[in-house]
Amino acid sequence: MNWRPTASIAEIKARAQLLAGLRAFFSERDVLEVDTPLLCSAGVTDPAIEPLVVDRGVSLQRSRFLQTSPEYAMKRLLAAGSGPIYQIAKAFRDGEVGSRHNPEFTLLEWYRPQYDHHQLMAELAELVCHVLGERRWQKVSYRELFSAQLALDPFTASIEQLRETAMNRLDLSFSTGDRDLWLDVLMSHLIEPQLAKMGMCFVYDYPASQAALSRVVRAEGVDVGQRFELYIDGMELANGYCELTDAAEQERRFLADNDKRRHQGLAEKPLDNNLLAAMSHGLPRCSGVAVGIDRLLMLLTGNTHIRDVLAFDWQRC
Amino acid sequence: MANYSTNELRAGLKVMLDGDPCSILTNELVKPGKGQAFARVKLRNLKSGRVWERTFKSGESIERADVMDRDLEYSYTDGEFWYFMDPDNYEQYPADANAVGDTHLWLKEQDRCEVTLYNGSPLSVTPPNFVELEITETDPGLKGDTASGGSKPATLSTGAVVRVPLFLSQGEIIRVDTRSGDYVSRASKS
Repeated sequence: MNWRPTASIAEIKARAQLLAGLRAFFSERDVLEVDTPLLCSAGVTDPAIEPLVVDRGVSLQRSRFLQTSPEYAMKRLLAAGSGPIYQIAKAFRDGEVGSRHNPEFTLLEWYRPQYDHHQLMAELAELVCHVLGERRWQKVSYRELFSAQLALDPFTASIEQLRETAMNRLDLSFSTGDRDLWLDVLMSHLIEPQLAKMGMCFVYDYPASQAALSRVVRAEGVDVGQRFELYIDGMELANGYCELTDAAEQERRFLADNDKRRHQGLAEKPLDNNLLAAMSHGLPRCSGVAVGIDRLLMLLTGNTHIRDVLAFDWQRC
Repeated sequence: MANYSTNELRAGLKVMLDGDPCSILTNELVKPGKGQAFARVKLRNLKSGRVWERTFKSGESIERADVMDRDLEYSYTDGEFWYFMDPDNYEQYPADANAVGDTHLWLKEQDRCEVTLYNGSPLSVTPPNFVELEITETDPGLKGDTASGGSKPATLSTGAVVRVPLFLSQGEIIRVDTRSGDYVSRASKS
């Protein structure tokens, strides 16, 4: 039994300072801090994210899900006319344990009505510089990145081409999969190590199949999801969207996620009808982003394992 | 045979891959943004010694290898096999040249070695970190020369050749670090 914190007292103080700095940043910009429930009646449908479930208690008529991000609740606030909002919240994802993952972690999420994803990237860059100190940053589209690093067009290459590139350069336990599996393998195993040399770098405009909750537009002959990720020294720090606002399209994506879940032998998830109703009422055009606060703190304090910035990691909580 | 899921894999566990027993060295969760999670696993093939990385889909299951490490006592060799004995039940385990490899240079009767057994047979042998062996051949010792810092080759009773200080002579017992093959000290005469 080890009762001691996994982070040192210096890291615990650094966290307090970081949170105060973030609140000051948003207060100065008149972005409203909000606080939404951790236990939700609907979970995410995304097949790559598994929520933790709470299923016992006299207050529970049905199981509830610990949020995997505060996104749906915050969008309901936006639809109710909140204006720009931010939240610093705990989020939970089952099965995610590693040097950069803890099943319970802290997210900063914020939404800017009327911003497109490029305007939000610029604001995120300001926030990062505010926290980590001034630094240069760059933007590269997902398409340019694949073309420069792998000489592949991720939008038009055949599944066979993607598969071959991955199989030739990596030892994999599997040899079949859909387009997104191969794109994910290439991104995480071959491109992310290159991003490690690129400092602070935004990757933007993903293939439509990887749009998640972002708006999809037609550009240069292909369907582009207006999504972005921020990498710093190769570590993924944030994921953002020019948000999808169309309720009917949102429902189609939920159902498509559940289809995928069924095919992969995963449990289907109830749709968040509150979110769909809010979107039908009207979600303003907006962009939003979620930032991993524990990882930001790792960068700030020079730690390479997430447990070193958590008061108590998963093993000790 | 039982299986492990990728999220149970941790250093030291033994699994079967491509028909060979392998030892897990590290297991890192790799997850791109919104996508599929992978387990990037560093492994050592226990037969060939090869170390490499393989990626699994997160949650995939991998066959457990019937491999265990045992503390066994080295008995003797008949030239073809090296025999190890379990001191608790006197059971004998013959290890072939493949399993013993260069370790035969450090094997002294009655020394305890860590023997990795696969399906009940020795797969590899790790000698103790330090062994004491007799010098069977070296140039005559330079009496009193304990300061010049020079060294010379010496052949030990097992056939191993190590560099030793000039003052040592044939018949003396020395202590050797088997991990580096370096001379450590003169052993106290028994």
